[in-house]
Amino acid sequence: MGAVVAYLHSVSKSFGEVRALHNVDLTIRAGELVALLGPNGAGKTTAVKLFLGLTRPSAGAVTVFGGNPIHPAVRMRLGAMLQVAKVPETLRVREHIDLFSSYYPKPLPLAETLKVAGLEEIKDRKFGDLSGGQRQRVMFALALCGDPDLVFLDEPTVGLDVEARLLLWAQIRKLVAGGKTVLLTTHYLEEADALADRVVVIDHGAIVAQGTPTELKARTAVRRIRCVSCLDLLDVRDLPGVLDLRKDRDVLEIRATQVETVLRELLQRDRTLSALEVTSPGLEEAFLSLTGARNS
Amino acid sequence: MGATAIPLNPSSTRSHMALLAIYWKETKYEFWKYLRLPLYCLLTIFFPVMFYVLFGLLMNRDGHMGGTSVCAYLIASYGTYGVMGAALYANGVGVATERGLGWLQVKRASPMPPSAYFAAKFAVSMIFSAASVLTLLTLGTLFGGVHFAMATAVQLVLTLVVGAIPFCAMGLVIGCFAGPNSAAAMVNMIYIPLSFASGVFFPIEKLPKFVQSLAPVLPPYHLAQLALGLVGAAKTGPCWPHWQVLIGCTLICLGVAWLGFQRDQGKMYG
Repeated sequence: MGAVVAYLHSVSKSFGEVRALHNVDLTIRAGELVALLGPNGAGKTTAVKLFLGLTRPSAGAVTVFGGNPIHPAVRMRLGAMLQVAKVPETLRVREHIDLFSSYYPKPLPLAETLKVAGLEEIKDRKFGDLSGGQRQRVMFALALCGDPDLVFLDEPTVGLDVEARLLLWAQIRKLVAGGKTVLLTTHYLEEADALADRVVVIDHGAIVAQGTPTELKARTAVRRIRCVSCLDLLDVRDLPGVLDLRKDRDVLEIRATQVETVLRELLQRDRTLSALEVTSPGLEEAFLSLTGARNS
Repeated sequence: MGATAIPLNPSSTRSHMALLAIYWKETKYEFWKYLRLPLYCLLTIFFPVMFYVLFGLLMNRDGHMGGTSVCAYLIASYGTYGVMGAALYANGVGVATERGLGWLQVKRASPMPPSAYFAAKFAVSMIFSAASVLTLLTLGTLFGGVHFAMATAVQLVLTLVVGAIPFCAMGLVIGCFAGPNSAAAMVNMIYIPLSFASGVFFPIEKLPKFVQSLAPVLPPYHLAQLALGLVGAAKTGPCWPHWQVLIGCTLICLGVAWLGFQRDQGKMYG
Protein backbone atom coordinates (compact mmCIF):
# COMPACT_ATOMS: atom_id res chain seq x y z
CA MET A 1 0.00 0.00 0.00
CA GLY A 2 1.28 3.43 -0.88
CA ALA A 3 2.13 6.18 1.57
CA VAL A 4 -0.66 8.44 2.78
CA VAL A 5 -0.59 11.54 0.61
CA ALA A 6 -3.66 13.34 1.93
CA TYR A 7 -6.18 12.94 4.68
CA LEU A 8 -9.15 14.46 6.39
CA HIS A 9 -8.93 13.86 10.12
CA SER A 10 -12.19 14.13 12.11
CA VAL A 11 -13.30 16.86 9.77
CA SER A 12 -16.63 18.61 10.16
CA LYS A 13 -17.80 21.43 7.98
CA SER A 14 -20.90 23.53 8.43
CA PHE A 15 -22.22 26.31 6.27
CA GLY A 16 -24.29 28.30 8.71
CA GLU A 17 -27.05 25.97 9.85
CA VAL A 18 -26.32 23.36 7.23
CA ARG A 19 -23.91 20.61 8.20
CA ALA A 20 -22.14 19.45 5.06
CA LEU A 21 -19.68 17.03 6.67
CA HIS A 22 -19.69 15.48 10.08
CA ASN A 23 -16.62 13.92 11.68
CA VAL A 24 -15.18 12.51 8.47
CA ASP A 25 -11.94 10.55 8.30
CA LEU A 26 -10.71 9.99 4.80
CA THR A 27 -7.30 8.87 3.67
CA ILE A 28 -5.82 8.90 0.20
CA ARG A 29 -2.78 6.77 -0.50
CA ALA A 30 -0.22 7.20 -3.25
CA GLY A 31 -1.13 5.55 -6.52
CA GLU A 32 -4.72 4.67 -5.76
CA LEU A 33 -7.93 5.86 -7.31
CA VAL A 34 -10.46 6.57 -4.61
CA ALA A 35 -14.07 7.15 -5.59
CA LEU A 36 -16.15 9.22 -3.23
CA LEU A 37 -19.59 7.96 -3.99
CA GLY A 38 -22.80 9.47 -2.79
CA PRO A 39 -26.06 11.08 -3.79
CA ASN A 40 -26.25 14.78 -4.60
CA GLY A 41 -25.76 16.91 -1.52
CA ALA A 42 -23.94 14.17 0.38
CA GLY A 43 -20.86 16.34 0.95
CA LYS A 44 -18.61 15.09 -1.84
CA THR A 45 -17.78 18.49 -3.28
CA THR A 46 -17.21 19.90 0.19
CA ALA A 47 -14.65 17.15 0.84
CA VAL A 48 -12.85 18.03 -2.41
CA LYS A 49 -12.87 21.73 -1.57
CA LEU A 50 -11.39 20.98 1.84
CA PHE A 51 -8.60 18.95 0.27
CA LEU A 52 -7.92 21.83 -2.11
CA GLY A 53 -7.94 24.45 0.64
CA LEU A 54 -10.84 26.28 -0.99
CA THR A 55 -12.76 26.13 2.24
CA ARG A 56 -11.65 25.71 5.82
CA PRO A 57 -12.93 22.90 8.05
CA SER A 58 -15.16 23.91 10.97
CA ALA A 59 -13.39 21.24 13.02
CA GLY A 60 -10.66 18.70 12.40
CA ALA A 61 -7.56 18.77 10.23
CA VAL A 62 -6.86 18.63 6.50
CA THR A 63 -3.40 17.55 5.46
CA VAL A 64 -2.14 17.23 1.93
CA PHE A 65 1.45 16.19 1.23
CA GLY A 66 2.21 16.82 4.88
CA GLY A 67 1.03 20.42 4.76
CA ASN A 68 -1.86 22.79 4.51
CA PRO A 69 -3.36 22.83 1.00
CA ILE A 70 -3.54 26.61 0.93
CA HIS A 71 0.24 26.64 0.73
CA PRO A 72 1.31 27.27 -2.89
CA ALA A 73 4.03 24.62 -2.61
CA VAL A 74 1.32 22.04 -1.86
CA ARG A 75 -0.99 23.31 -4.59
CA MET A 76 1.80 22.91 -7.14
CA ARG A 77 1.46 19.16 -6.63
CA LEU A 78 -2.32 19.15 -7.03
CA GLY A 79 -4.58 19.24 -10.02
CA ALA A 80 -8.31 19.81 -9.85
CA MET A 81 -11.27 19.43 -12.10
CA LEU A 82 -14.15 21.24 -10.43
CA GLN A 83 -17.73 21.79 -11.42
CA VAL A 84 -17.93 25.16 -13.07
CA ALA A 85 -20.95 26.83 -14.60
CA LYS A 86 -19.09 29.07 -17.00
CA VAL A 87 -15.56 29.07 -18.37
CA PRO A 88 -14.26 32.08 -20.34
CA GLU A 89 -15.46 31.27 -23.81
CA THR A 90 -13.33 33.51 -25.98
CA LEU A 91 -10.05 31.78 -25.18
CA ARG A 92 -8.82 28.90 -27.28
CA VAL A 93 -8.22 25.43 -25.86
CA ARG A 94 -4.43 25.70 -26.14
CA GLU A 95 -4.49 29.17 -24.57
CA HIS A 96 -6.38 27.95 -21.52
CA ILE A 97 -3.88 25.12 -21.12
CA ASP A 98 -0.86 27.34 -21.72
CA LEU A 99 -2.02 29.72 -18.98
CA PHE A 100 -2.68 27.00 -16.41
CA SER A 101 0.60 25.28 -17.25
CA SER A 102 2.44 28.49 -16.39
CA TYR A 103 1.23 28.24 -12.78
CA TYR A 104 3.22 25.05 -12.22
CA PRO A 105 6.99 24.65 -11.85
CA LYS A 106 7.29 21.62 -14.15
CA PRO A 107 4.27 21.42 -16.41
CA LEU A 108 3.77 18.85 -19.12
CA PRO A 109 4.65 20.12 -22.58
CA LEU A 110 1.55 21.54 -24.26
CA ALA A 111 1.62 18.86 -26.95
CA GLU A 112 1.56 16.13 -24.35
CA THR A 113 -1.31 17.63 -22.38
CA LEU A 114 -3.30 17.96 -25.60
CA LYS A 115 -2.56 14.36 -26.44
CA VAL A 116 -3.40 12.93 -23.03
CA ALA A 117 -6.72 14.77 -22.91
CA GLY A 118 -7.51 14.02 -26.55
CA LEU A 119 -7.64 17.67 -27.58
CA GLU A 120 -5.15 17.77 -30.43
CA GLU A 121 -7.71 18.29 -33.13
CA ILE A 122 -9.57 21.04 -31.34
CA LYS A 123 -6.68 22.93 -29.77
CA ASP A 124 -7.37 26.08 -31.77
CA ARG A 125 -11.08 26.16 -31.06
CA LYS A 126 -12.53 28.67 -28.66
CA PHE A 127 -13.97 27.19 -25.51
CA GLY A 128 -17.38 28.59 -26.32
CA ASP A 129 -17.52 26.55 -29.53
CA LEU A 130 -16.94 23.17 -27.85
CA SER A 131 -19.40 20.41 -27.07
CA GLY A 132 -20.09 19.29 -23.50
CA GLY A 133 -17.71 16.35 -23.72
CA GLN A 134 -14.96 18.48 -25.23
CA ARG A 135 -15.41 21.08 -22.51
CA GLN A 136 -15.01 18.45 -19.81
CA ARG A 137 -11.86 17.22 -21.54
CA VAL A 138 -10.44 20.76 -21.44
CA MET A 139 -11.19 20.94 -17.71
CA PHE A 140 -9.51 17.57 -17.37
CA ALA A 141 -6.49 18.92 -19.27
CA LEU A 142 -6.31 21.90 -16.89
CA ALA A 143 -6.25 19.47 -13.96
CA LEU A 144 -3.32 17.50 -15.28
CA CYS A 145 -1.28 20.04 -17.29
CA GLY A 146 0.89 20.85 -14.27
CA ASP A 147 1.92 17.19 -13.98
CA PRO A 148 0.50 17.00 -10.44
CA ASP A 149 0.95 14.01 -8.13
CA LEU A 150 -2.60 14.13 -6.81
CA VAL A 151 -5.60 14.89 -8.97
CA PHE A 152 -9.11 15.72 -7.76
CA LEU A 153 -11.93 15.10 -10.19
CA ASP A 154 -15.26 16.43 -8.96
CA GLU A 155 -18.08 14.73 -10.88
CA PRO A 156 -15.99 14.60 -14.04
CA THR A 157 -18.54 12.92 -16.26
CA VAL A 158 -21.75 14.50 -15.05
CA GLY A 159 -23.99 15.39 -17.96
CA LEU A 160 -21.89 13.58 -20.56
CA ASP A 161 -23.26 11.12 -23.08
CA VAL A 162 -22.12 7.51 -22.94
CA GLU A 163 -19.42 7.86 -25.56
CA ALA A 164 -17.87 10.95 -23.98
CA ARG A 165 -18.01 9.30 -20.58
CA LEU A 166 -16.20 6.18 -21.74
CA LEU A 167 -13.54 8.33 -23.37
CA LEU A 168 -12.95 10.25 -20.16
CA TRP A 169 -12.87 7.00 -18.19
CA ALA A 170 -10.11 5.73 -20.43
CA GLN A 171 -8.17 8.94 -19.84
CA ILE A 172 -8.63 8.70 -16.07
CA ARG A 173 -7.41 5.09 -16.12
CA LYS A 174 -4.30 6.17 -18.04
CA LEU A 175 -3.66 8.83 -15.43
CA VAL A 176 -3.62 6.23 -12.66
CA ALA A 177 -1.59 3.81 -14.76
CA GLY A 178 0.95 6.62 -15.13
CA GLY A 179 1.41 6.71 -11.34
CA LYS A 180 -0.93 9.52 -10.35
CA THR A 181 -3.16 9.42 -7.31
CA VAL A 182 -6.77 10.33 -7.99
CA LEU A 183 -9.75 11.22 -5.86
CA LEU A 184 -12.90 11.17 -7.91
CA THR A 185 -16.38 12.06 -6.76
CA THR A 186 -19.37 10.64 -8.48
CA HIS A 187 -22.97 9.75 -7.99
CA TYR A 188 -22.74 7.19 -10.77
CA LEU A 189 -22.25 3.77 -9.24
CA GLU A 190 -21.02 2.22 -12.41
CA GLU A 191 -18.37 4.92 -12.59
CA ALA A 192 -17.04 4.07 -9.13
CA ASP A 193 -17.29 0.38 -9.97
CA ALA A 194 -15.45 0.78 -13.25
CA LEU A 195 -12.62 3.03 -12.11
CA ALA A 196 -11.95 2.85 -8.40
CA ASP A 197 -9.51 0.81 -6.38
CA ARG A 198 -11.43 1.88 -3.32
CA VAL A 199 -14.93 3.24 -2.97
CA VAL A 200 -15.91 5.47 -0.09
CA VAL A 201 -19.65 5.78 0.27
CA ILE A 202 -20.76 9.07 1.73
CA ASP A 203 -24.24 10.15 2.67
CA HIS A 204 -25.59 13.09 4.67
CA GLY A 205 -22.06 14.28 5.34
CA ALA A 206 -20.78 11.06 6.86
CA ILE A 207 -18.91 8.06 5.52
CA VAL A 208 -21.21 5.03 5.57
CA ALA A 209 -18.93 2.40 4.13
CA GLN A 210 -15.68 1.90 2.29
CA GLY A 211 -13.84 -0.87 0.54
CA THR A 212 -13.06 -2.21 -2.89
CA PRO A 213 -16.06 -2.39 -5.20
CA THR A 214 -16.10 -6.16 -4.72
CA GLU A 215 -16.00 -5.89 -0.93
CA LEU A 216 -18.84 -3.44 -0.90
CA LYS A 217 -20.96 -5.66 -3.08
CA ALA A 218 -20.21 -8.61 -0.84
CA ARG A 219 -20.94 -6.69 2.32
CA THR A 220 -24.54 -6.41 1.40
CA ALA A 221 -25.22 -9.99 0.50
CA VAL A 222 -28.79 -9.11 -0.25
CA ARG A 223 -30.34 -10.97 -3.13
CA ARG A 224 -33.70 -10.79 -4.71
CA ILE A 225 -36.00 -13.75 -5.26
CA ARG A 226 -38.86 -13.57 -7.70
CA CYS A 227 -41.28 -16.36 -8.36
CA VAL A 228 -44.85 -17.25 -9.12
CA SER A 229 -46.25 -18.81 -5.98
CA CYS A 230 -49.50 -19.51 -4.22
CA LEU A 231 -47.94 -18.67 -0.87
CA ASP A 232 -49.25 -15.74 1.08
CA LEU A 233 -47.08 -12.98 2.45
CA LEU A 234 -47.97 -14.19 5.93
CA ASP A 235 -46.60 -17.62 5.09
CA VAL A 236 -43.10 -16.42 4.30
CA ARG A 237 -42.70 -13.35 6.46
CA ASP A 238 -41.10 -15.33 9.26
CA LEU A 239 -38.40 -16.95 7.13
CA PRO A 240 -34.84 -16.17 8.29
CA GLY A 241 -33.07 -13.23 6.64
CA VAL A 242 -36.08 -11.79 4.88
CA LEU A 243 -35.71 -8.04 4.62
CA ASP A 244 -38.82 -7.14 2.73
CA LEU A 245 -41.32 -8.79 0.52
CA ARG A 246 -44.31 -8.02 -1.60
CA LYS A 247 -46.83 -9.81 -3.70
CA ASP A 248 -48.29 -8.56 -6.88
CA ARG A 249 -51.12 -10.92 -7.95
CA ASP A 250 -49.30 -14.26 -7.91
CA VAL A 251 -45.77 -12.89 -8.28
CA LEU A 252 -43.88 -13.01 -5.02
CA GLU A 253 -40.83 -10.82 -4.55
CA ILE A 254 -38.48 -11.22 -1.61
CA ARG A 255 -35.26 -9.45 -0.66
CA ALA A 256 -33.27 -11.52 1.74
CA THR A 257 -29.79 -12.10 3.09
CA GLN A 258 -29.85 -15.88 3.62
CA VAL A 259 -31.23 -16.55 0.22
CA GLU A 260 -30.44 -20.29 0.16
CA THR A 261 -32.42 -21.00 3.34
CA VAL A 262 -35.31 -18.95 2.12
CA LEU A 263 -35.33 -20.79 -1.19
CA ARG A 264 -35.27 -24.21 0.44
CA GLU A 265 -38.26 -23.32 2.57
CA LEU A 266 -40.14 -21.75 -0.31
CA LEU A 267 -39.75 -24.81 -2.51
CA GLN A 268 -40.83 -27.08 0.30
CA ARG A 269 -43.90 -25.05 1.21
CA ASP A 270 -45.10 -24.50 -2.32
CA ARG A 271 -44.81 -27.44 -4.70
CA THR A 272 -46.33 -25.38 -7.52
CA LEU A 273 -43.75 -22.61 -7.32
CA SER A 274 -42.57 -21.58 -10.79
CA ALA A 275 -40.74 -18.91 -12.79
CA LEU A 276 -38.04 -18.69 -10.15
CA GLU A 277 -35.42 -15.96 -10.48
CA VAL A 278 -32.61 -15.06 -8.11
CA THR A 279 -30.68 -11.89 -8.81
CA SER A 280 -27.66 -10.63 -6.94
CA PRO A 281 -27.27 -6.92 -6.51
CA GLY A 282 -24.95 -4.65 -8.38
CA LEU A 283 -23.07 -1.96 -6.60
CA GLU A 284 -26.24 0.02 -6.99
CA GLU A 285 -28.23 -2.17 -4.66
CA ALA A 286 -25.34 -2.32 -2.23
CA PHE A 287 -25.20 1.43 -2.31
CA LEU A 288 -28.91 1.83 -1.81
CA SER A 289 -28.93 -0.51 1.14
CA LEU A 290 -25.94 1.30 2.66
CA THR A 291 -27.39 4.77 2.30
CA GLY A 292 -30.95 3.59 2.84
CA ALA A 293 -30.08 1.99 6.17
CA ARG A 294 -28.91 5.36 7.37
CA ASN A 295 -31.90 7.23 6.11
CA SER A 296 -34.47 5.07 7.82
CA MET B 1 -3.45 7.65 10.85
CA GLY B 2 0.06 8.81 11.55
CA ALA B 3 1.69 12.04 10.54
CA THR B 4 2.97 11.32 7.10
CA ALA B 5 4.90 14.37 6.16
CA ILE B 6 6.16 14.05 2.65
CA PRO B 7 8.94 16.51 1.97
CA LEU B 8 7.94 19.22 -0.43
CA ASN B 9 9.63 19.36 -3.72
CA PRO B 10 12.45 21.92 -3.50
CA SER B 11 11.64 23.15 -6.98
CA SER B 12 8.20 24.16 -5.78
CA THR B 13 9.21 27.59 -4.60
CA ARG B 14 8.91 30.03 -7.45
CA SER B 15 11.60 32.31 -8.74
CA HIS B 16 10.88 35.95 -9.50
CA MET B 17 11.18 35.21 -13.19
CA ALA B 18 8.58 32.47 -12.98
CA LEU B 19 6.29 34.80 -11.08
CA LEU B 20 6.76 37.50 -13.69
CA ALA B 21 5.99 34.98 -16.42
CA ILE B 22 2.68 34.15 -14.72
CA TYR B 23 1.70 37.82 -14.50
CA TRP B 24 2.62 38.27 -18.13
CA LYS B 25 0.60 35.31 -19.38
CA GLU B 26 -2.34 36.11 -17.17
CA THR B 27 -2.42 39.63 -18.62
CA LYS B 28 -1.85 38.47 -22.18
CA TYR B 29 -4.73 36.02 -22.14
CA GLU B 30 -6.95 38.39 -20.23
CA PHE B 31 -6.33 40.84 -23.05
CA TRP B 32 -7.25 38.30 -25.74
CA LYS B 33 -10.29 37.31 -23.76
CA TYR B 34 -11.68 40.85 -23.82
CA LEU B 35 -10.48 41.77 -27.28
CA ARG B 36 -12.58 38.88 -28.62
CA LEU B 37 -15.60 40.04 -26.66
CA PRO B 38 -17.47 42.36 -29.02
CA LEU B 39 -19.56 43.88 -26.24
CA TYR B 40 -16.49 44.96 -24.33
CA CYS B 41 -14.83 46.60 -27.32
CA LEU B 42 -18.12 48.27 -28.13
CA LEU B 43 -18.31 49.81 -24.68
CA THR B 44 -14.73 50.89 -24.28
CA ILE B 45 -13.86 52.02 -27.79
CA PHE B 46 -16.83 52.14 -30.10
CA PHE B 47 -19.22 54.13 -27.90
CA PRO B 48 -16.79 56.91 -26.93
CA VAL B 49 -15.67 57.14 -30.55
CA MET B 50 -19.24 57.23 -31.83
CA PHE B 51 -20.15 60.01 -29.42
CA TYR B 52 -16.99 61.86 -30.33
CA VAL B 53 -17.69 61.66 -34.03
CA LEU B 54 -21.32 62.67 -33.54
CA PHE B 55 -21.09 65.46 -30.96
CA GLY B 56 -17.58 66.59 -31.85
CA LEU B 57 -16.54 66.04 -35.40
CA LEU B 58 -19.98 66.24 -37.04
CA MET B 59 -22.01 68.66 -34.92
CA ASN B 60 -19.41 70.96 -33.37
CA ARG B 61 -16.42 70.78 -35.68
CA ASP B 62 -15.62 74.48 -35.19
CA GLY B 63 -17.25 75.04 -31.83
CA HIS B 64 -15.54 76.31 -28.70
CA MET B 65 -16.14 75.35 -25.12
CA GLY B 66 -14.44 76.04 -21.81
CA GLY B 67 -11.62 77.95 -23.47
CA THR B 68 -10.69 75.34 -26.02
CA SER B 69 -12.20 73.75 -29.11
CA VAL B 70 -15.06 71.34 -28.67
CA CYS B 71 -13.05 68.64 -30.43
CA ALA B 72 -10.20 68.99 -27.92
CA TYR B 73 -12.57 69.23 -24.96
CA LEU B 74 -14.39 66.05 -25.92
CA ILE B 75 -11.17 64.04 -26.24
CA ALA B 76 -10.66 64.62 -22.53
CA SER B 77 -14.25 64.02 -21.47
CA TYR B 78 -15.08 61.05 -23.69
CA GLY B 79 -11.62 59.72 -22.89
CA THR B 80 -12.66 59.69 -19.23
CA TYR B 81 -15.93 58.06 -20.25
CA GLY B 82 -14.13 55.26 -22.11
CA VAL B 83 -11.72 54.70 -19.23
CA MET B 84 -14.60 54.33 -16.80
CA GLY B 85 -16.31 51.82 -19.05
CA ALA B 86 -13.19 49.74 -19.57
CA ALA B 87 -12.44 49.60 -15.86
CA LEU B 88 -15.95 49.13 -14.49
CA TYR B 89 -16.91 46.37 -16.91
CA ALA B 90 -13.73 44.29 -16.73
CA ASN B 91 -13.62 44.40 -12.94
CA GLY B 92 -17.33 44.61 -12.17
CA VAL B 93 -19.01 42.30 -14.64
CA GLY B 94 -15.84 40.30 -15.31
CA VAL B 95 -15.06 39.43 -11.70
CA ALA B 96 -18.71 38.97 -10.66
CA THR B 97 -19.29 36.50 -13.49
CA GLU B 98 -16.10 34.52 -12.96
CA ARG B 99 -16.54 34.51 -9.21
CA GLY B 100 -20.22 33.66 -9.28
CA LEU B 101 -20.07 30.94 -11.90
CA GLY B 102 -17.14 28.97 -10.54
CA TRP B 103 -14.26 29.96 -12.79
CA LEU B 104 -12.42 31.94 -10.11
CA GLN B 105 -12.64 28.87 -7.88
CA VAL B 106 -10.96 26.71 -10.53
CA LYS B 107 -8.16 29.26 -10.68
CA ARG B 108 -7.90 29.47 -6.92
CA ALA B 109 -7.54 25.70 -6.69
CA SER B 110 -4.48 26.01 -8.92
CA PRO B 111 -1.19 27.44 -7.67
CA MET B 112 -1.92 30.76 -9.41
CA PRO B 113 -1.01 33.68 -7.13
CA PRO B 114 -4.41 35.39 -6.57
CA SER B 115 -2.79 38.78 -7.10
CA ALA B 116 -2.01 37.79 -10.70
CA TYR B 117 -5.71 37.44 -11.43
CA PHE B 118 -6.57 40.91 -10.17
CA ALA B 119 -3.42 42.54 -11.56
CA ALA B 120 -4.30 41.20 -15.02
CA LYS B 121 -7.80 42.65 -14.79
CA PHE B 122 -6.37 46.05 -13.85
CA ALA B 123 -3.71 45.90 -16.55
CA VAL B 124 -6.19 44.99 -19.27
CA SER B 125 -8.54 47.78 -18.19
CA MET B 126 -5.63 50.17 -18.54
CA ILE B 127 -4.67 48.81 -21.95
CA PHE B 128 -8.20 49.28 -23.25
CA SER B 129 -8.31 52.71 -21.64
CA ALA B 130 -5.17 53.65 -23.54
CA ALA B 131 -6.64 52.29 -26.78
CA SER B 132 -9.79 54.29 -26.26
CA VAL B 133 -7.98 57.57 -25.58
CA LEU B 134 -5.49 57.04 -28.41
CA THR B 135 -8.32 56.47 -30.88
CA LEU B 136 -9.99 59.70 -29.81
CA LEU B 137 -6.69 61.58 -30.03
CA THR B 138 -6.03 60.26 -33.50
CA LEU B 139 -9.50 61.14 -34.75
CA GLY B 140 -9.32 64.62 -33.21
CA THR B 141 -5.92 65.29 -34.71
CA LEU B 142 -6.85 64.01 -38.16
CA PHE B 143 -10.38 65.37 -38.50
CA GLY B 144 -11.05 67.77 -35.63
CA GLY B 145 -8.29 70.28 -36.07
CA VAL B 146 -6.83 69.40 -32.70
CA HIS B 147 -3.12 70.12 -32.33
CA PHE B 148 -1.68 69.02 -29.03
CA ALA B 149 2.00 69.27 -28.28
CA MET B 150 3.53 65.82 -28.05
CA ALA B 151 4.14 66.27 -24.32
CA THR B 152 0.50 67.22 -23.76
CA ALA B 153 -0.76 64.21 -25.69
CA VAL B 154 1.50 61.85 -23.75
CA GLN B 155 0.47 63.42 -20.47
CA LEU B 156 -3.19 63.12 -21.37
CA VAL B 157 -2.90 59.43 -22.20
CA LEU B 158 -0.89 58.69 -19.06
CA THR B 159 -3.30 60.61 -16.83
CA LEU B 160 -6.31 58.77 -18.17
CA VAL B 161 -4.62 55.37 -18.09
CA VAL B 162 -3.48 55.82 -14.49
CA GLY B 163 -6.88 57.34 -13.81
CA ALA B 164 -8.42 53.98 -14.71
CA ILE B 165 -7.17 52.53 -11.41
CA PRO B 166 -9.82 54.08 -9.13
CA PHE B 167 -12.51 52.80 -11.47
CA CYS B 168 -10.94 49.35 -11.54
CA ALA B 169 -11.19 49.39 -7.76
CA MET B 170 -14.77 50.63 -7.94
CA GLY B 171 -15.58 47.87 -10.41
CA LEU B 172 -13.97 45.35 -8.09
CA VAL B 173 -16.40 46.33 -5.34
CA ILE B 174 -19.25 45.35 -7.65
CA GLY B 175 -17.32 42.28 -8.78
CA CYS B 176 -16.86 41.07 -5.22
CA PHE B 177 -20.42 41.73 -4.04
CA ALA B 178 -22.77 41.43 -7.00
CA GLY B 179 -24.16 38.19 -8.36
CA PRO B 180 -23.23 37.10 -11.88
CA ASN B 181 -26.59 38.14 -13.27
CA SER B 182 -27.00 41.48 -11.55
CA ALA B 183 -23.47 42.82 -12.02
CA ALA B 184 -24.05 44.23 -15.51
CA ALA B 185 -27.17 46.07 -14.35
CA MET B 186 -25.32 47.43 -11.33
CA VAL B 187 -22.43 48.65 -13.46
CA ASN B 188 -24.84 50.43 -15.79
CA MET B 189 -26.66 51.93 -12.84
CA ILE B 190 -23.41 53.49 -11.69
CA TYR B 191 -21.66 54.13 -14.97
CA ILE B 192 -24.25 56.16 -16.85
CA PRO B 193 -25.56 58.42 -14.05
CA LEU B 194 -22.04 58.96 -12.76
CA SER B 195 -20.88 59.98 -16.22
CA PHE B 196 -23.68 62.51 -16.53
CA ALA B 197 -23.40 63.96 -13.06
CA SER B 198 -19.62 64.32 -13.30
CA GLY B 199 -19.73 66.25 -16.53
CA VAL B 200 -18.03 63.46 -18.42
CA PHE B 201 -20.82 62.77 -20.82
CA PHE B 202 -22.14 66.27 -21.04
CA PRO B 203 -20.07 69.41 -20.32
CA ILE B 204 -20.50 70.26 -16.68
CA GLU B 205 -21.11 73.94 -17.42
CA LYS B 206 -24.33 72.99 -19.15
CA LEU B 207 -25.71 70.92 -16.32
CA PRO B 208 -28.21 72.21 -13.75
CA LYS B 209 -26.66 74.13 -10.86
CA PHE B 210 -27.37 71.50 -8.21
CA VAL B 211 -25.68 68.80 -10.29
CA GLN B 212 -22.71 71.10 -10.70
CA SER B 213 -22.44 71.42 -6.94
CA LEU B 214 -22.79 67.64 -6.53
CA ALA B 215 -20.12 66.76 -9.09
CA PRO B 216 -17.04 67.36 -6.87
CA VAL B 217 -17.97 64.44 -4.63
CA LEU B 218 -17.93 62.07 -7.60
CA PRO B 219 -14.60 60.49 -8.59
CA PRO B 220 -15.08 60.80 -12.38
CA TYR B 221 -15.39 64.56 -12.00
CA HIS B 222 -11.85 64.68 -10.68
CA LEU B 223 -10.37 62.55 -13.42
CA ALA B 224 -12.24 64.61 -16.01
CA GLN B 225 -10.90 67.83 -14.47
CA LEU B 226 -7.35 66.47 -14.67
CA ALA B 227 -7.82 65.54 -18.31
CA LEU B 228 -9.58 68.79 -19.17
CA GLY B 229 -6.81 70.73 -17.47
CA LEU B 230 -4.35 69.20 -19.89
CA VAL B 231 -6.37 70.27 -22.93
CA GLY B 232 -6.79 73.76 -21.46
CA ALA B 233 -10.42 73.55 -20.43
CA ALA B 234 -10.53 72.96 -16.71
CA LYS B 235 -11.56 75.31 -13.99
CA THR B 236 -8.43 76.83 -12.57
CA GLY B 237 -6.79 75.12 -9.66
CA PRO B 238 -4.00 72.70 -8.76
CA CYS B 239 -4.01 69.05 -9.83
CA TRP B 240 -3.06 67.53 -6.50
CA PRO B 241 -6.49 67.71 -4.78
CA HIS B 242 -7.99 65.80 -7.70
CA TRP B 243 -5.38 63.08 -7.38
CA GLN B 244 -5.98 62.97 -3.65
CA VAL B 245 -9.66 62.26 -4.19
CA LEU B 246 -8.86 59.56 -6.75
CA ILE B 247 -6.28 57.89 -4.49
CA GLY B 248 -8.67 58.01 -1.55
CA CYS B 249 -11.43 56.50 -3.64
CA THR B 250 -9.08 53.73 -4.80
CA LEU B 251 -8.08 52.81 -1.26
CA ILE B 252 -11.62 52.81 0.07
CA CYS B 253 -12.88 50.70 -2.83
CA LEU B 254 -10.03 48.21 -2.55
CA GLY B 255 -10.78 47.85 1.15
CA VAL B 256 -14.47 47.28 0.57
CA ALA B 257 -13.75 44.86 -2.28
CA TRP B 258 -11.39 42.95 -0.02
CA LEU B 259 -14.14 42.62 2.59
CA GLY B 260 -16.50 41.33 -0.08
CA PHE B 261 -13.93 38.82 -1.28
CA GLN B 262 -13.36 37.52 2.28
CA ARG B 263 -17.07 37.30 2.96
CA ASP B 264 -17.41 35.31 -0.23
CA GLN B 265 -14.71 32.84 0.82
CA GLY B 266 -16.48 32.23 4.10
CA LYS B 267 -19.76 31.14 2.62
CA MET B 268 -18.50 29.04 -0.24
CA TYR B 269 -21.09 26.37 -0.50
CA GLY B 270 -20.73 22.88 -1.77
